[in-house]
Amino acid sequence: MTPTPLHLVAALDGAGWHPAAWREPDARPRELLRAGYWVDLAAEAEAGLLDAVTIEDALNLQSDDPFTPDDRTDRVRGRLDAVLVASRVAPTTRHLGFLPTAVVTHTEPFHLSKAIATLDYVSTGRAGVRVQVAARPDTATHFGRREFPPVDRASAATGPLVTELFDEAAEYVEVLRRLWDSWEDDAEIRDAATGRFVDVDKLHYVDFEGRSFSVRGPSITPRPPQGQPVVAALGHAQVPWRLIGRSADLGFVTPTDAADAARLVTAVREEQAAAGRAEETVHVFGDLVVVLDDEETTARERLARLDERAGTAFTSDAHVFTGTPAQLADLLADWQQAGLTGFRLRPATLPHDLRQVTRGLVPELQRRGLFRTGYEADTLRGLLGLTRPANRYAHA
Amino acid sequence: MTTQIRKQIHLAAHFPGVNNTTVWSDPASGSHVEFASFREFAQIAERGKLDFLFLAEGLRLREQNDRIYDLDVVGRPDTFTVLAALAAVTERIGLTGTINSTFNEPYEVARQFASLDHLSDGRAAWNVVTSWDAFTGENFRRGGFLAQADRYDRAKSFLQTALELFDSWRGDEVLADADSGTFLTDPHPGAFGHRDRFFDISGHFDVPRSPQGRPVVFQAGDSDEGRDFAAASADVIFSRHSTLEAGQAFYTDVKGRLPRFGRTREELLIMPAATFVLGDTEAEARDLAHEVRMAQVSPATAIAFLEQLWNRDLSDHDPDGPLPSVDPLVGEHTIAKGRASVRMHRDPVATADEWRAKAEVEGLTTRELIVEVTGRQSFIGTPAAVAATIDEYVQADASDGFVLAPHITPGGLGPFVDQVVPLLQERGVFRADYEGTTLREHLGLPLRRTDGESAVAS
Repeated sequence: MTPTPLHLVAALDGAGWHPAAWREPDARPRELLRAGYWVDLAAEAEAGLLDAVTIEDALNLQSDDPFTPDDRTDRVRGRLDAVLVASRVAPTTRHLGFLPTAVVTHTEPFHLSKAIATLDYVSTGRAGVRVQVAARPDTATHFGRREFPPVDRASAATGPLVTELFDEAAEYVEVLRRLWDSWEDDAEIRDAATGRFVDVDKLHYVDFEGRSFSVRGPSITPRPPQGQPVVAALGHAQVPWRLIGRSADLGFVTPTDAADAARLVTAVREEQAAAGRAEETVHVFGDLVVVLDDEETTARERLARLDERAGTAFTSDAHVFTGTPAQLADLLADWQQAGLTGFRLRPATLPHDLRQVTRGLVPELQRRGLFRTGYEADTLRGLLGLTRPANRYAHA
Repeated sequence: MTTQIRKQIHLAAHFPGVNNTTVWSDPASGSHVEFASFREFAQIAERGKLDFLFLAEGLRLREQNDRIYDLDVVGRPDTFTVLAALAAVTERIGLTGTINSTFNEPYEVARQFASLDHLSDGRAAWNVVTSWDAFTGENFRRGGFLAQADRYDRAKSFLQTALELFDSWRGDEVLADADSGTFLTDPHPGAFGHRDRFFDISGHFDVPRSPQGRPVVFQAGDSDEGRDFAAASADVIFSRHSTLEAGQAFYTDVKGRLPRFGRTREELLIMPAATFVLGDTEAEARDLAHEVRMAQVSPATAIAFLEQLWNRDLSDHDPDGPLPSVDPLVGEHTIAKGRASVRMHRDPVATADEWRAKAEVEGLTTRELIVEVTGRQSFIGTPAAVAATIDEYVQADASDGFVLAPHITPGGLGPFVDQVVPLLQERGVFRADYEGTTLREHLGLPLRRTDGESAVAS
């Protein structure tokens, strides 16, 4: 039986996911906010035929602890708006998809909808967005519109605020999708005879009334090339898995081993079915931090050196894989059997571990028939095997 | 040869959006959404060494008679996203975007502009506009919450807050010294706190200081309040004064306000919007200008304009007949929604009387009258004549330059760049090439204050 090719996404953030990554010899720590740095990373990802890159973001300074700010001066701090980074880089590429992170807790769906639609225009059909909630009180004070209590670690994934924010995120995605559909594809008619630029019968008010907000519509940006850009979300627990099941085309989960991967896939599939979307394609990708070298010992030594410089052993919400590209290929093939359709690889250091993915892992997977040997589509939906959706407002 | 120092002219290009200046029915008119159009437009403007390109913004599709207005271009992409993408396909030209201060939050907008300034190596500019209407508010969580009287107050507070965020990083915090392991010199960079009637926010801004320190700030607005707002805090003010005399009066007034805010005449540029029609002869240019006007004001568009002043349904009115004898409806409700020009009709009945008198004296039909009263064609003539007129306006202090809006998208700027710009360069009043890399340098603006003070009107 021919194996099913898997999908690969690279997760880009700063100098890489290891806190000492910026101190590596090939790091460019003074260029992390410059366009050229991101252009080069995207070119590398595209040379490796990856489906897409994600670009991390938040509306607060990075900190070692995900829930509270810190005052460390030995870590990368400061970041650019991920949607704008993606937009700056997209015209320099031809096939790579872009999944910038957008915080949906303190922003307006109307603004994000037109921004992602526009990213789809400037990339000619390669846009998506990874939606993220922000429960930290120090992020809320940047906006002053609502107050959050300190995050309770014990119930960080289950507390009432978390449920509220993820429910709100689901409403938010519903508004994004309705706004993307609020113009039918052929609404622009330019009928010189009647003087009408658009057919107003093909523009639709979305009239969304939710618990958190209401939006009238239609969008000011016409329906984007993909119809619906790809919506992604990362989840570590039931409440976020529910968001993936209800709202996403692509879910990122964080398995610890193949059995855990199977459990997480099942959990997402149950939420997907509960949301009445069992027939729809929802990808579930496994997230892994990767420390890769041609020899396993080299990778282990490099991680040890990075840990020493960071002053602490590196841990992550995702499994940290240390070894060779061939060993990683074994693991990916194994976990794929558990039901994952792809992986989001988080390079521990940039550009080193990204190059190990594109120049080591990808050829290895290709040899095994597990990865594409050329881009087979011009859109992100096409690369992910997602069809272009019909417009919910269009009636034949 | 004269030894008199001639003012250098500032020129910019406006990508035309949703209004009747765009002749979308022309076969040369391209998409207003596809990125290829924006790229072509930006590259033409950069070929002409223009200071910046300018994008407007809309947050609700316009309506008239409770229907989406369909006679002009409808729809446009997101301002920030297009500008960031244009930074990839241009090298020097400034990237100016309108962003509303009513339906946004300062932290988010400051973050986006600081990001754009980084991603463009110092070419970002923000045209701060205000809006208050509930109609637009229906697309946002906050809804239509802002009283009209509050709009400048909130805008001032918004801009002040954003400037504080831009200034929250001094610029020396990122050391990134790998050997010592010191990334930051400051454990709490970007600290800010702002509390007033509109915003009560605090924390840490998460974008380090951008190449220009802060983006260039643009303002539009002709009211006394608007002029003060610009004199206090803007680097450039857009205006719409198209005659020499009106331009000079505006120029004198606004520049005269600057000392009150501790600023010099060089710290605020005045750049009116302008259109142009070029021909090989004066007669050819005039004929083409007439054709353009007739295309811009179709019979249906003439009626739509008439309805906006009369504030009532006039769909049965004959565009080729006289103006309506019935008077405009005056009241809170407006038949046209989301259209900025509607707010300019302060006394519709008096305006209608003026229009009737003009139509009577000049023997104009409804459509001809609308063509006359809505026309703002600035420069019509041969390239040599247009170059001379632009130079004359600037040297006479009617403006510091112009923001050009071609009537064809995206190629309409080409003839100006290829035929008029070289003549201005020959006259020694326009740059032969970019001398700096940032927009602030193109505009000849003094380096912005570094003391963290910003002079927003209080």
